[in-house]
Amino acid sequence: MVLLKMKFNQQRRVRLAQGLWLLSWLAVMCGAFIFCLGVYLKTELLRRDEVMENTEIHVVPNILMMVGLASIGTNWVATRVCQDSLDASRFPRWKVLLLAWFVVAALLCCLLLAVVVLSYVLQGRLEESLKVGLRNGIRFYKDTDVPGRCFQKETIDRLQMEFRCCGNNNFKDWFEVQWVSGRFLDYTAQEVKDRIRSNVDGRYLLDGVPFSCCNPASPRPCLQYHLTDNRAHFNYDYLSEDLNLYSRGCRQALTDYYMGLMNSTGPGVLSVILIQISVMLSLRYLQTAVEGAMALEDPEGDSEGYILEKGVKETFEEVKVKVLTMMKLAQVDPEGVPVDAEAEKAADTTAEKAASPTPAS
Amino acid sequence: MAVLKVKFTKTKRDKLAQVLWILNWISVVTGAVLFILGLFLKVEINKRVELMAERDIQYVPNMLIAVGLIACAINFLGGKICYDCVDTTKFLRWKLIMLPYIVCTFFFTFCVLVGALMCYSMRGELEESLTLGLTQAMRFYKDTDIPGRCFLKRTVDLLQIQFQCCGNSGYKDWFQIQWISNRYLDMSQQQVVDRLRSNVEGKYLMDGVPFSCCNINSPRPCIQQQVTNNSAHFHYEHQTEELNLWMKGCRQALLEYYTNIMQSIGLTVLITWLFELSVLTGVRYLQTSLENVLRQGDPDSESDGWLLENSFMETARINLNIIKSLGKNNHIHTAKNGDPNIDIPSTSKAHYGPDNVPPKTIKEAS
Repeated sequence: MVLLKMKFNQQRRVRLAQGLWLLSWLAVMCGAFIFCLGVYLKTELLRRDEVMENTEIHVVPNILMMVGLASIGTNWVATRVCQDSLDASRFPRWKVLLLAWFVVAALLCCLLLAVVVLSYVLQGRLEESLKVGLRNGIRFYKDTDVPGRCFQKETIDRLQMEFRCCGNNNFKDWFEVQWVSGRFLDYTAQEVKDRIRSNVDGRYLLDGVPFSCCNPASPRPCLQYHLTDNRAHFNYDYLSEDLNLYSRGCRQALTDYYMGLMNSTGPGVLSVILIQISVMLSLRYLQTAVEGAMALEDPEGDSEGYILEKGVKETFEEVKVKVLTMMKLAQVDPEGVPVDAEAEKAADTTAEKAASPTPAS
Repeated sequence: MAVLKVKFTKTKRDKLAQVLWILNWISVVTGAVLFILGLFLKVEINKRVELMAERDIQYVPNMLIAVGLIACAINFLGGKICYDCVDTTKFLRWKLIMLPYIVCTFFFTFCVLVGALMCYSMRGELEESLTLGLTQAMRFYKDTDIPGRCFLKRTVDLLQIQFQCCGNSGYKDWFQIQWISNRYLDMSQQQVVDRLRSNVEGKYLMDGVPFSCCNINSPRPCIQQQVTNNSAHFHYEHQTEELNLWMKGCRQALLEYYTNIMQSIGLTVLITWLFELSVLTGVRYLQTSLENVLRQGDPDSESDGWLLENSFMETARINLNIIKSLGKNNHIHTAKNGDPNIDIPSTSKAHYGPDNVPPKTIKEAS
């Protein structure tokens, strides 16, 4: 019982080949699009590399780039097959390759689906990575004289201004680190000595934030220092003031940004999957129809095209048997050589039997 | 004696027509490019219109947009004409239009040249406009509660952050204006009252700058307040400190930005002008060679093409005479008593034959 049989006369075969050729070139463009998407995502992730602790999230753009390149190659092969399909002398050389092609195309579709799933699943890991990276960035903000960390200040300042955020979770993260370097502190001043003595680690902590946390949309000039002290500034209430500094944390801002990027690529990836599946199905129909036509006495006559020669269950059983025999061939028989030879001969005959329906399946 | 005469065989004429057809289409594309450049300049100027005082700088992008559109139209027509010129019979359709078309296009190329030169001359007006506009914007920085000015603070802050500049010519401009609104000043404090009394106009002036002047490349946290007071900060000397605040003035930063844009646009327009001129020269040669072919009668023969039939001086003289005689025909003769209705014997050169000749009977055509 054949799966989804369709009749094809010569004209329909020609139309199918032409349509599939166009569709395959469209799929090549889609492959290029997926590759460019992967490159764009990777560059965006690399730009903020310094505030990310690990590179686990990079698996998404890496897979996209790989799949993009593979898809370009695969669909280009499909265009060549289409071009040769109506020529009876050139088509047979593609027979062996087509089975491998279907496997590769199915694998690409699965990988694309996996990318969509991964981009949701890895959100938690991205947040973790950003949390640790930003914490380090804030801690090393003051170390502009330590090699390897001298650009942390600039990086964090730029990040806060560009993404309109402050600190890790919010601006209070700056109260817990010493972000003013000891080089610029006058240790003879009483205020400095008091602050340093006020905590166990001897750090200069203050209720102030760097200038990059300032919100330009605030109606009043930015208040950076003595933020929790209402009396230090005229007409100021720390609890109700929300326009003075950026209220969002940088981890939230960056996560939202990257999730937004990946979500907006979701529909594109899904439509590419659909196009690839339609190329696969059409190529299967073309293959079976053309092979059917070549087997007839009149090559221009009507032939049938189908997806599977037998039903789904039967094809599955056949494939299982084939795989098992191949595994048996690979398995070494511990009983010695003659039994090996017998087993090999038996395996050969079953392999031959299994090989004969192969051209059609 | 013709100016720059060139002999054209039939194949040369055909090839010239085809090449000109392609070149005209390329010119349509360059016309579209000019239009887009004009739009781009207009958008860029409008983005910062709040920082520019009222000056006539909108005419440059408007001119570029108009020139771009007209160039597209003229070259589209030119393409059609050149396409038809391959066939001598089709050329007859365009024969009367071609000379006016060439004259119009010649004057149009002057407009393109003027457009290019305007791009370079806009700089002076722009500088004036920016100086005044930035002074106003800084003065109204504190007026975030006055409708119409409430977004100037944000605009100026974002400008200083984006263009990495501070103040009009330098950061010291902020010392001369009150940029903190009275709403946030505690008038009961002695220090505030002292500052207000220290100048004639009662402004709260201080040696501090807004946070947007802070330089992100500075190794130390930004020093905004008491910038000129060395003893207020540890290990600080304001004369040698260059990395703390942005050193460049915003007027200069914006001027550099716009000058770069306009120089590249000006260069593109000049190249377009040269291209148009060369296409026009080709069309002129094509026109003259085809007219000469028609004069000779044989469509496959060789013909001459030239830029001007006579030398420059002679052509100028002939054209001046034409213009003078046009003027004379309009001029009424007031020789005898000023009354134009008195019968004066005809002095025109045209001979209409002798008078009083009886009309002939016309023979019927058989």
